[in-house]
Amino acid sequence: MSDLTKLTIAEARDGLAAREFFAKELAEAHIVAIERGNKPLNAYILPTPDKALEMAAASDERIARGASRALEGIPLGIKDLFCTKDIRTTACSRILDDFKPTYESTVTQNLWDAGAVLLGKLNNDEFAMGSSNETSAFGDCVNPWRRKGDDTALVPGGSSGGSASAVAANLCLGAVGTDTGGSIRQPAALTGTVGVKPTYGRCSRWGIVAFASSLDQAGPIAKTVEDAAILLQAMAGHDPKDTTSIDAPVPDYRQAIGDGIEGLKIGIPDEYRVEGMPAEIEDLWLKGIDWLKAAGAEVQEVSLRHTKYALPAYYIIAPAEASSNLARYDGMRYGLRVPGQDLIDMYELSRASGFGAEVKRRVLIGTYVLSAGYYEAYYQKAQKVRTLIRQDFTDVFEKVDLVLTPTTPAPAFGIGEVSGDPLQMYLNDIFTVTVNMAGLPGISVPAGLSGEGTPLGLQLIGKPLDEATLLRAAYVLEEAAGPLPVPEDWWSS
Amino acid sequence: MKVDEATVRHIARLARIKVTDEEAKNLESELSAILTWVEQLSEVDTADVLPRASVVEMSMKKRRDRVTDGGYPEDIVRNAPQADKNYFVVPKVVE
Repeated sequence: MSDLTKLTIAEARDGLAAREFFAKELAEAHIVAIERGNKPLNAYILPTPDKALEMAAASDERIARGASRALEGIPLGIKDLFCTKDIRTTACSRILDDFKPTYESTVTQNLWDAGAVLLGKLNNDEFAMGSSNETSAFGDCVNPWRRKGDDTALVPGGSSGGSASAVAANLCLGAVGTDTGGSIRQPAALTGTVGVKPTYGRCSRWGIVAFASSLDQAGPIAKTVEDAAILLQAMAGHDPKDTTSIDAPVPDYRQAIGDGIEGLKIGIPDEYRVEGMPAEIEDLWLKGIDWLKAAGAEVQEVSLRHTKYALPAYYIIAPAEASSNLARYDGMRYGLRVPGQDLIDMYELSRASGFGAEVKRRVLIGTYVLSAGYYEAYYQKAQKVRTLIRQDFTDVFEKVDLVLTPTTPAPAFGIGEVSGDPLQMYLNDIFTVTVNMAGLPGISVPAGLSGEGTPLGLQLIGKPLDEATLLRAAYVLEEAAGPLPVPEDWWSS
Repeated sequence: MKVDEATVRHIARLARIKVTDEEAKNLESELSAILTWVEQLSEVDTADVLPRASVVEMSMKKRRDRVTDGGYPEDIVRNAPQADKNYFVVPKVVE
């Protein structure tokens, strides 16, 4: 029954409803796939097979009595940034040690309330700080894709690398990630999966380990646009426990995707033609424009003037918020404690041994830009630039409904190829970070393969709260791109 | 902006992270590179621009100031490195 892992969520729902197989069999197929294939990929850092079987049994019981819910019996993987009750949650940092939350994050609770089944916790960059999943305390996560005729281990992207890798390798039917500067869309692009960063506030942040609170947002990574729509439907909604959660109705996303894009206006921002962009990325972008035109959309050039300043502004704002958020890890109430000569010594030793190099770098940058005498020059300046970036989008969305760009400036790179240079690594998010800075929804759709035979993605950016239009156009791109090849299974033993 | 080793040590102290001599040296060049790179923001004219902390058009939510949660101290201390009778045990702070 190993074929069950190759189903989409939509197909699995139909199969369960038609009693073609049981939720227990669906869970078992994935548990076996994880046992056989997780070791070389390192996508799951904590598989939870017993929990999965228990939840699947409950789903079978509900299906039997006709009380099935939207995600009844659908096995999912969860990024280790989401607090899961009584199940170890670490953000892939040593500092959280063996932390077992006594509560459940709102987004994951929404998924369980819809009947989903937990397969386990997925790898990510430590505290979601990274673009390659190489900063995890649990080791690198590996992309199931490889270059043509080359066994080099490639990164799955980050920070939601485990989520993207697990979906691409059929180790779950869908996964949940978080996106602060591109952490869902960039790994989705690098693994040939669909990744959605919803509007800021669309999904509750309650119970998600905080990185940069004004930028963080949860979203799905899935095999298809339809599956992403189904997952987002269950995840989204107002939550009184998160004051930044938006109190707005959640439309029927799955319904919306079939509506077509006749007459929709698509903007192409000239500023995304960055220097040194490979020709294959530019070609893919042009192909995407043709696909949307062929489906009846009107395409026009638009200008997002401050695009090039988004990344440097982000690298002030995100570390500043991180330095503040991560102040809570002091070895006193939970997590790692390293004994010292006195209280301050204990703080300093606990944090020195609990945080990895990239997290330390960002906490220190954040501390610096917020420190006396520098606040205005750095932090406030970056916030003003953020206003301008958002204004650019507001102006553009007076004229168009969506913006189309590439998701990443390059395909997946090898493990260790970029990690020595923090600035080079940051450039991975050059096309995705603007969306977080402006609080907008964005999606990455697999659109083709690079010359190396690895996946490339196109990004659509939408108006605030207009995920429905985003998914509609994404579905058109997916249909036009046609079925892409799947990576050959080298990871199962 | 270049930062020197003394500045790195000062920030590390503020952030309560102990750094080794080798780390301090590496951080000196890494932080300098990042801070120099972000300086391109000075090209942007922001004289008449208001800083933005929130990107969502939404008025601040309010609620009555009353207790809505609590009463489970065992849960609060469950993950503590050291706890005693629902208290966190920490090193002596006041002599």
